[in-house]
Amino acid sequence: MIPLRALRRAAPSEVAILAAMLGLVIALLAVLTGGRLVAPGSLAAMAFQMPLLALLTLAQVPPMITAGIDLSIVSIANLSGIVAALLLVRWHVPYAAWVAVPAALATSALAGAVNGLLIAALDISPIIATLATMILFQGVAFVLTRGTVLSGFPPQFLALSTGTIAGVPLPFVIFAACLAWVGVLLRRTAFGVTLYMLGSNPIATLFSGVDTRRALFRTYVLSGVLSGIAALVMASRFNAAQADYGSSFLLLTVLICVLGGVDPAGGTGSVLEVLAAIVILQIVATGFNFLGLSAYLANALWGTILVLAIVLRRLLRA
Amino acid sequence: MRAAGRKVLGRVELYLVAVLVILAVFLTALNRRFLTLENLFDLLANYTFLGIMALGELVVLVSGGIDVSFTAIATVAQYVMGWIISTYQIGSVLVAFLIPLPVGIALGLVNAGLVHLTQVHPVIITIATLNIFYGLLVFVTGGAWIYNLPASFQAFAVTKIIRVVDRAGTPSGLSVLSLFWAGAIALTWFILTHLVVGRKVYAMGGNPEAARRAGVRVPRLLAFVYGYMGFLAAVAGFVQAQLAQIVQPNAIVGRELDVLAAAILGGASISGGTGTVSGTVLGVLLVAVVTNGLILTRVPSYWHNVAIGVIIATAAGLMASQRRRTTRARGAS
Repeated sequence: MIPLRALRRAAPSEVAILAAMLGLVIALLAVLTGGRLVAPGSLAAMAFQMPLLALLTLAQVPPMITAGIDLSIVSIANLSGIVAALLLVRWHVPYAAWVAVPAALATSALAGAVNGLLIAALDISPIIATLATMILFQGVAFVLTRGTVLSGFPPQFLALSTGTIAGVPLPFVIFAACLAWVGVLLRRTAFGVTLYMLGSNPIATLFSGVDTRRALFRTYVLSGVLSGIAALVMASRFNAAQADYGSSFLLLTVLICVLGGVDPAGGTGSVLEVLAAIVILQIVATGFNFLGLSAYLANALWGTILVLAIVLRRLLRA
Repeated sequence: MRAAGRKVLGRVELYLVAVLVILAVFLTALNRRFLTLENLFDLLANYTFLGIMALGELVVLVSGGIDVSFTAIATVAQYVMGWIISTYQIGSVLVAFLIPLPVGIALGLVNAGLVHLTQVHPVIITIATLNIFYGLLVFVTGGAWIYNLPASFQAFAVTKIIRVVDRAGTPSGLSVLSLFWAGAIALTWFILTHLVVGRKVYAMGGNPEAARRAGVRVPRLLAFVYGYMGFLAAVAGFVQAQLAQIVQPNAIVGRELDVLAAAILGGASISGGTGTVSGTVLGVLLVAVVTNGLILTRVPSYWHNVAIGVIIATAAGLMASQRRRTTRARGAS
């Protein structure tokens, strides 16, 4: 319970720092891009792009709170997207659009359960376990597709990314719902409290009578399912699925989590701060686009920002 | 304790040798080409640069850290070398070999500094530096390949130290490049088992706090560990350029997991303190033989990742269960 209370006390100042950074970054980029960044068109584009990265980031949050990491999220997303795509365009099952969504989610839950078993039951460190499954799931995805791109989905499935509810784009609604879900899970349930405890002191958690293996297992299943939801948004938006999409997202999810106050050493993190970090990242990414930066330079800058964020956080705490 | 540690590690190596022998028999039965000197020489030459990098990763893993940025370090070091020797047409292969080394060491020291400064898990730091080193290299150079390497650089690559001609008259031989792997093996073995710094690396990996209190200067040791990784990455960069005879920024990046897999297969633990040179060499050979075997038995290439992933997961699981058993046994006695 202590980490949670400490967190609540710390939360406002961290959010304030992030909000200040947000303002600064927007002002800087707005000037650099000559106002194009804050034009209504680009804001709409950002609202369209953000949910995918945001959902993948959300998948990274629970493992990192437990002092773990899930390196396989992008592989899980691609694999789940491919299962959906196979049902939609290859296997010609009846009601494919309706079967594809639960099938993709089941795949992602299963993949998460494999991670959970390796980590919780076999005691393999999360880095190694998810590294192995990252290669493994990508391998399975390659076997399923033989390296090809699956595309041409029916309109019912594409509606996942193009549809709107009361004028709000559907991906955004999905993301908001997931954000609320994870937020409630982390802050209002015994499971959530357990995650923070696991991250602060796993042995003390075990000795206080918590079934830590079960909690760890559920953490990675949750991470898998969130990757699966991201997969649906991704496949629908690209109108395609492939074994090696979006590998650069992995670095970004870790970066966003660290920026958003999730300590890689475990025990801290809140979805609201992560949300603030996602918004900052998306704006910066769009700004990079407007400035015409090369993707490689952008990657180098992301890496630099990640290191700076960690160093700054450390200096602020000391 | 040291004796017990040695016995457990010996067992890992025994397993690896057994698996290798079984695989070799199996593959030879399926395809006669497997157990030919030509195939084995090729295997050794082709896996030399991965083998060298795996030795660096071993030292980092033993220290309790991890490095995934070494492919970017190898690429940057190799590119600097390629650019200098092709621009000035430097004929001396020795000079070409020496150029990448300071670059590699310097980038390794950057990692060490960041790991020490931030106290964050090195996997996060080195994911960041992988993107920084590689991103900046490709941005600055535009990803251009370097072709016009000096003639002497090309002549050196085809040098053979052992030459054989098979019954059909096809000549093959052990490439001089394999000597670089042998050298890296000898050097790493000597450092880890016969030098004080090597014992300190094991001590820090086994229990960092105990090592600190016993007087180990952690920042210096981190500098050695990541600097050595950078040094071997640079050597590997040189060897890879020799093999390929072009310098191509995207040739090495992406192989970091193969190397990590080999080191872990060889018994190095991600939590530090364990791992041997012989285990790491066997781990690389196992990855090499499995990949080569899949090719020789004509398994489609998209199965390769599945095989590698399953092997790492199995090896990590076996080692974790063994670790659990040792802890339990120790608790009972």
